[in-house]
Amino acid sequence: MSHVKVQHRGVSADGVYKGLLAAAAALVFVVVALIVYEVARGAELSIRTIGWKFLTQTEWDPVADKYGALPYIYGTLVSSLLALLIAVPLGVGSAVFLAEIASRRVGSIVSFVMELLAAIPSIVYGIWGFFVLAPFLRVFIEPWLIEHFGFLPLFRGFPFGIGMLNAGIILAIMIVPTIVSISREVLLATPPTFREASLALGATKAEAIGVALDAARPGILGAIILALGRALGETMAVTMVIGNTNRISLSLLDPGATMSSIIANEFTEATGKLYLSALVQIALVLFAVTIVVNAMARALVYWATGGRRDVAGAA
Amino acid sequence: MIRFQRQIAALSLAALALFGAGVAAAGQVNLTGAGATFPYPIYSKWFDMYHEKTGVQINYQSIGSGGGIQQVKAGTVDFGASDAALSNARLKEMPRKVLHFPTVAGAVVLSYNLPSVAQPLNLTSETIVGIYLGKITMWNDKRIAATNPGVELPNAPILPVHRSDGSGTTNIFVTYLSAVSTEWKELVGANTSVSWPVGIGGKGNEGVAGLVRQTPGAIGYVELAYAKQNKFAVAHIKNSSGNFVEPTLASTTAAAQGASAQLAKDVRTPIVNSSAPDAYPISGLTFLLVYQDQKDPVKAKALAEFIRWSMTDGQEVAEGLDYARLPAPVVKVNEATLMTLTATGKPVLAAK
Repeated sequence: MSHVKVQHRGVSADGVYKGLLAAAAALVFVVVALIVYEVARGAELSIRTIGWKFLTQTEWDPVADKYGALPYIYGTLVSSLLALLIAVPLGVGSAVFLAEIASRRVGSIVSFVMELLAAIPSIVYGIWGFFVLAPFLRVFIEPWLIEHFGFLPLFRGFPFGIGMLNAGIILAIMIVPTIVSISREVLLATPPTFREASLALGATKAEAIGVALDAARPGILGAIILALGRALGETMAVTMVIGNTNRISLSLLDPGATMSSIIANEFTEATGKLYLSALVQIALVLFAVTIVVNAMARALVYWATGGRRDVAGAA
Repeated sequence: MIRFQRQIAALSLAALALFGAGVAAAGQVNLTGAGATFPYPIYSKWFDMYHEKTGVQINYQSIGSGGGIQQVKAGTVDFGASDAALSNARLKEMPRKVLHFPTVAGAVVLSYNLPSVAQPLNLTSETIVGIYLGKITMWNDKRIAATNPGVELPNAPILPVHRSDGSGTTNIFVTYLSAVSTEWKELVGANTSVSWPVGIGGKGNEGVAGLVRQTPGAIGYVELAYAKQNKFAVAHIKNSSGNFVEPTLASTTAAAQGASAQLAKDVRTPIVNSSAPDAYPISGLTFLLVYQDQKDPVKAKALAEFIRWSMTDGQEVAEGLDYARLPAPVVKVNEATLMTLTATGKPVLAAK
């Protein structure tokens, strides 16, 4: 009824609707721009005082007022990469099983449980990682790794239970649901004719799945990028299990820290101007790293698909 | 649909009731404060008790000492709270003169995980500094054994655990280490967070305690109250008079008592490494931060009276919540400071 009135005034309802939607979309940009502006303003003092050294220094010493973000950049990238290494094969594998092999019934039950996993608050993952996974790693997994793979610098050190490995596993568990549910949807959306045609040409079941996977590749890569975004920014769970030291160590068994964990740890009690500003600059760097990593991932998708956007799930 | 409408109606009624309460309360004095999380349990108890007694409503947000100091500086709160006294440099950044009122004392205890050791471990300042600098790495080190005769110390590595989050607890602990070791002072120093040479970090008292409980050979520092409530094994520490002292509320109060002469000169003086024979050396005070010259005389009077009350009746409930009460000389210091409080230039409290 109201649109009738609008028409009487000579404004098309379509125009109003379009304007409203455009405003909603623009709001997203405004919010992001405001966040970047505020963060940049807060980081100004630190940027001016420390300069580019902020990115390359490894020392973080609030007493001496010296701040370098490298250990945290390293920690964020390594923990997220480790999470992807674990979660991608697991996630894509289960998506293929759920979409291609399992019956519809099993598929929907397992997906439902997967989505429950995605709804668990990250603090709960943190507590689980701290009280359940950490002792398990310390008593069973890490001593075994040290004994059999200790010759690799990746598995040297002391079995603390918490550290980079624990953080990577927790992050992997947190991002698997994203990868599985999107990949499954994308696989289900690929035209069944692809599989039928392959089978008709004499392909095995595995080869037919390969064809479907190839068609779904852009969508699956998109799912992985989304998952990576979550891993890069995850704070609470990682803070609880990573061990929180600002030392760069090749060993996955050693403790580390991430950009979001240092902010969560030190922001509330930061008692100096430069100290506070350096923490805000970490947020700015995290923002930049997220943009760079996302851009690289998108470029990878483009390269991997040859710019193809016509297949299901390419959105 | 009908149920939904009913819920909406109920919510609106509740909102109205709240609004009504707000209007009714407009006549009374409301104070806001923000800051330290460590004293939050006793502060909220005090505010409740004081509200019942006088009707003065005090709202407190435990956002951390750093946040509390920021809010005081911005003038958005009537008082701040901090576990660390402001340094001279920080005081200069403030727009007006800020007064410190210590409210209660707390202690930081060392808890450890040595299943084979039944009696309390005796530690000295040298052994604690050695452990946290990474110079003492094994439990059966001669330096630890020297103060623990007859204790079977395991041949196991020591895992030092520290707080990963910025905290007043860390500040008290590293202030102590800086006071007893010039090496620590030069290499690491004291702050709410420091650059730890060794060990791993846990978030909060519960993070440190969790790591210590889980890992045989670990040692970590937590607040006395937290250790008491969870019945942790805690080390006895040698104080500067040469006695090994168990961390208790009484030995924490004794530390403040021992430092009372210095506190009378400057209430911000750390009370760590007290020379009193029965003092536990890793102790500290927590403070309220108040502008000396207040803008609103009514609020100023309410705040001053609250602080006076917290020094008398307030102290009586401190130990029930595992905070160490202030010794009489420190209460006197606070009462003297209160008399210097002014509102738009006029004294807030009449001389007794």
